[in-house]
Amino acid sequence: MSARPTSQLYLDGVSVSFDGFKALNNLSLVMDPGELRTIIGPNGAGKTTMMDIITGKTRPDTGEVYFAGTVDLTKLDETAIANLGIGRKFQKPTVFEHLTVFENLELAAAGPRLTFRVLWARMTGELRDRIDQMLDFVGLSHRAGWLAGALSHGQKQWLEIGMLLIQESQILLLDEPVAGMTDAETEKTAELILSLKGKRTIVVVEHDMVFVRALGAKVTVLHEGSVLAEGSIDHVSADPRVIDVYLGR
Amino acid sequence: MTVPQTSVFGARFWIVFLLCGAVLLVAVPVMNLLAAPGSTFSIADHVIPLLGKYICFALLALSLDLVWGYGGILSLGHGAFFGLGGYCMGMYLMRQIGTRGSYGNAILPDFMVFLNWKELPWYWLGFDSFAFAMIMVIVVPGALAFVVGWFAFRSRVSGVYLSIITQALTFALMLAFFRNEMGFGGNNGLTDFKDLLGYNLQAKSTRLWLYAASVIALGLGYIAARAVVASRLGRVLVAARDAESRVRFIGHSVVGARLFAFTLSAVLAGIAGALYVPQVGIINPGEFSPANSIEIAIWVAVGGRGTLAGPIIGALAINGAKSWFTGIAPDFWLFFLGGVFVLVTLGLPQGILGLASRLKGMIGTPRPQAAAGE
Repeated sequence: MSARPTSQLYLDGVSVSFDGFKALNNLSLVMDPGELRTIIGPNGAGKTTMMDIITGKTRPDTGEVYFAGTVDLTKLDETAIANLGIGRKFQKPTVFEHLTVFENLELAAAGPRLTFRVLWARMTGELRDRIDQMLDFVGLSHRAGWLAGALSHGQKQWLEIGMLLIQESQILLLDEPVAGMTDAETEKTAELILSLKGKRTIVVVEHDMVFVRALGAKVTVLHEGSVLAEGSIDHVSADPRVIDVYLGR
Repeated sequence: MTVPQTSVFGARFWIVFLLCGAVLLVAVPVMNLLAAPGSTFSIADHVIPLLGKYICFALLALSLDLVWGYGGILSLGHGAFFGLGGYCMGMYLMRQIGTRGSYGNAILPDFMVFLNWKELPWYWLGFDSFAFAMIMVIVVPGALAFVVGWFAFRSRVSGVYLSIITQALTFALMLAFFRNEMGFGGNNGLTDFKDLLGYNLQAKSTRLWLYAASVIALGLGYIAARAVVASRLGRVLVAARDAESRVRFIGHSVVGARLFAFTLSAVLAGIAGALYVPQVGIINPGEFSPANSIEIAIWVAVGGRGTLAGPIIGALAINGAKSWFTGIAPDFWLFFLGGVFVLVTLGLPQGILGLASRLKGMIGTPRPQAAAGE
């Protein structure tokens, strides 16, 4: 397709099924560099499966998945895809509970990834500054020495967002980033995402319509593994099919 | 606010480390050599190889803790790496016997003459050289661990499946080494050793040196393990234990970290086996028995996994208790061991060392901490 060369992320005709259940059905999605996109849809619409496909956790049965127009993601594993610059935040906050908050950020920070380089890696002043800045940014400076497992749910969410940012990925995939957050935290997250708009390519999967509206980005509605509607939030909210399968209920 | 990065090799560490080293490396030989026999402080000659054996077990427990405690990889086949290291040393010792064997054959060990073999199998070549044998002590267990680990970790085999695979590995090796055709002495194994580097193995001084070598190996192994655990790769290993897929999504190689730890661990176990054999005077396929490998896991659990020092304490304590128990009530030893394991699993998830730090915590100020261990 013609859109591929200039795209940052390109999915075309992607299908995958688990035990006969079609999780994705001929899904196509094209994202430009620096674009912010929200994805909504009922449970089981394939939102998380789509992220699994992009990050290499699941292989598609058919279809094309390209990064930056040229790199075929269906041929790479999770680690290689992460190192290309695709970062992911899970639906359930996943941090390393037995490491400190500081160490969580240290591991995520862009840097050596080859096993023996990691073995000999030293803490540098520059890296320490980056981590300190990120701790400050996500409001966890006073928790730097705590084990991540001792954080509250909201704090874990922020730590994971911090890990994603310090990883310096070009594409950020955020799976329900504000689940379990207070209104104030949700607002802060929206501000953060909007501040990154244009600099990173961001995909946000979210159920919280207030949050989706606050982002004001192009919305893709998934239903039964394929795209049902695409456009501005007002456009898709007015679509009778979207109201029928998702918003109306 | 920056977290003070506490050095794992700070002054306090070196004081404790050198103190333990001094007790094991200076006090024990002095008590053996200088104290009047029969006095309270005297250590009898026959106790030295026994202590040396315990030290080798401690190194073996340490090696398992590196992969189990930090990597969450419960190997139930670490006896295999220990045994292979031991066989490499045993082969060297067999070649040193020379014409002093029962059949007086300068080249062939007794069991080969007995089996009517005419020449040395190719895989015995080179083992007359001490340097070559020592390289094999490292290479053979390391290579086996690397190959097994490569397939297992790449296929994302973990948890109980990996435990079963490693258990099967050691069982298979046991069956293989029992066969006379393998050329490792069958069920008798390798024994009747005479000397090592020209020193008589029965001599008191040789035994002391072997004991000292074991203590030094344990010390170096401990420092190596501690350095790995404190490195960024060590944190990747712990992170992969707790949230494997997250590690992949931040771009670190789970396979790389696990393979490194598993191979290093096997090498440490092999060195322990090589030091063990000259002190006990025999290596046979019994070392590969699955029960042996399970016992190593018990030492680690009792001492406190994920602590490095704990498993050393666990191995020394359990084996000390075993020697004492088999002296007074041999029939009850296994019941006792089983009982200890159940008690520790239920009551002391962090083992002896966890109990120690909990007692310390009761006295000192409690700190916010998440439950550790998996």
